[in-house]
Amino acid sequence: MNSACLVKFERISFSYPSAAQPVMTDFNMEIRSGTVTAILGPNGAGKTTMLNLMLGWLKPQSGNILLDQLTLNHYSRRALGQWMGLVPQSEHTPFEYSLLEFVLLGRAPHMPPLAMPGEDDLKIAVDALHQVGLSSMQNRSILSLSGGELQLVLVARALAQQPRLLLLDEPTSHLDLSNKGRLVHLLRELSRKGVTILFTTHEPDVASALATHLVLMKKGQILKTGTLNEVFTSQDLTVLYQLPVSVVDVAGKRVALWI
Amino acid sequence: MKASTRMVSRTQALVWLAVLLVVVFLVSVFMGRYPGPGLMTLDRLSSDELARSLVFNLRLPRLLTAVLLGMSLSAAGVIFQMIFGNPLVEPGFLGVSQGASFGAAFSIIFLTHSAWAVQSSAALFAFMGLGLSYFIARRVRFGGWVLRLVLAGIAVSALFSAGLGVLKYVADPLSQLPEITFWLLGGLWSVTWPQFLSILPAVVFGLVVAYQMRWRINLLSLNDETAYSLGAAPGRERTLLLSAAVIATSAVISVAGMVSWVGLIIPHIARRLFGADARYVLPASMLIGAIFTVLCDDLARVLFSGEIPLGILTSLIGAIIFMGLMVRQTSPVEK
Repeated sequence: MNSACLVKFERISFSYPSAAQPVMTDFNMEIRSGTVTAILGPNGAGKTTMLNLMLGWLKPQSGNILLDQLTLNHYSRRALGQWMGLVPQSEHTPFEYSLLEFVLLGRAPHMPPLAMPGEDDLKIAVDALHQVGLSSMQNRSILSLSGGELQLVLVARALAQQPRLLLLDEPTSHLDLSNKGRLVHLLRELSRKGVTILFTTHEPDVASALATHLVLMKKGQILKTGTLNEVFTSQDLTVLYQLPVSVVDVAGKRVALWI
Repeated sequence: MKASTRMVSRTQALVWLAVLLVVVFLVSVFMGRYPGPGLMTLDRLSSDELARSLVFNLRLPRLLTAVLLGMSLSAAGVIFQMIFGNPLVEPGFLGVSQGASFGAAFSIIFLTHSAWAVQSSAALFAFMGLGLSYFIARRVRFGGWVLRLVLAGIAVSALFSAGLGVLKYVADPLSQLPEITFWLLGGLWSVTWPQFLSILPAVVFGLVVAYQMRWRINLLSLNDETAYSLGAAPGRERTLLLSAAVIATSAVISVAGMVSWVGLIIPHIARRLFGADARYVLPASMLIGAIFTVLCDDLARVLFSGEIPLGILTSLIGAIIFMGLMVRQTSPVEK
């Protein structure tokens, strides 16, 4: 596996203006092109902050973030929007958008600032809804959805963005088992098409089901990083969660057991 | 394609609204209390010198201003509600309305009663309200940009509102106080061509910016990180849109006084009819707002021989329509 390095965090230090403690200091990480990487760590490890740094939304106090060999400030906002799609953990709007109108917003980075979405954009949005299995509900109000359905709509919006790098923040947190399965399947499919995927999760099972690579993160530091087989071990997960975790092979899959 | 036929039906609805506005406008030109309450005939217009002068020098500029007033308040209402992610805010938010009220009262008491002075002072203080809100919001050390603007707006509004209280208290109860009260109730009785022309550039600028960005407003209604991840510059673009809205609003407020409720309820009505997408809601609000304001102004002119302040009618009728719409479930326009 010698694919090119797509994202590189070089000695990143970051703290929020109001907080005394820095979220990360001297943080280094590499994401290779075409991989599916899970950022695994307990709550408060700095996973979401890391995604926001990668987007360029948060700016590090020191260090560089490279996207395809260039630092982020080489890219315009629109260019970044074409590169990276974000699926946030959840999102609230008081307005009754239809699913289709909402997913259509994912086309924004591909359109000139004052343009209206055209037929092609509409087609891509309809297709994105189809991929997450919600095309029959495209005219329903977004306010009528369950938490899981909304999460799938957020995925669809990022798909409409047609990114080369897809960032997902706890994508399965509101999903039931069948929707989790659907999402895992969909992300594998995207990965086969060459999209690099990076997602945060605090559930080891989701990480092992989907990821090729793993980053274990705790208190703004990387504990360990490598391929799934290298890192998804009893020893490492026990250190990560400070709880006895044993990793066993069940029917060819790695499963983390605790308690 | 199914999706595109739906889009057309909303576009068609917009065209019908535009036609309705033209019809209402034309009928309103002939409506008034001369020669008697009700409609004037075409015959009368061609033969009667006074009628012609009345229509061309008084009614036309006043009706055109009513159109601008309705469009500006409603468009600004859509922008404010969507950007603040709160369907309960209205364009006077951010210290604009209270600033304008204070400015008008200030001019009535300390400067002159002339319409021009009151108008300029109202516009000036409306902008001061906005500027102050913006300045304070930049200095608040916590919360996102929207929350900071909201907090600063509330504080600045309270400040001007207290100032207005003081002015009312010291005003001469026989001459100045009634005038302040009348201005606060809102109306278009003082509008002639010069007033209309003086606000036209500001209003056109504000409305054109808003209309050009109508789809983008949706993007800016999302939270900061998401808007950013979709290629927008949330802070800068929101500030641009809010400024456009405030420029148009303070221009119309300066000639019309406080015409309340239009900016709050018209966007709701438009959303009930057209859904949430600002691509349709913005133009629909502008058209419905203009129709609504022109009709209310017709009533203000025609109903009694002494004019009813417009602000009272917009509140009264707006509230009734709003209650009706909230209770009704179905929407006549296909989305």
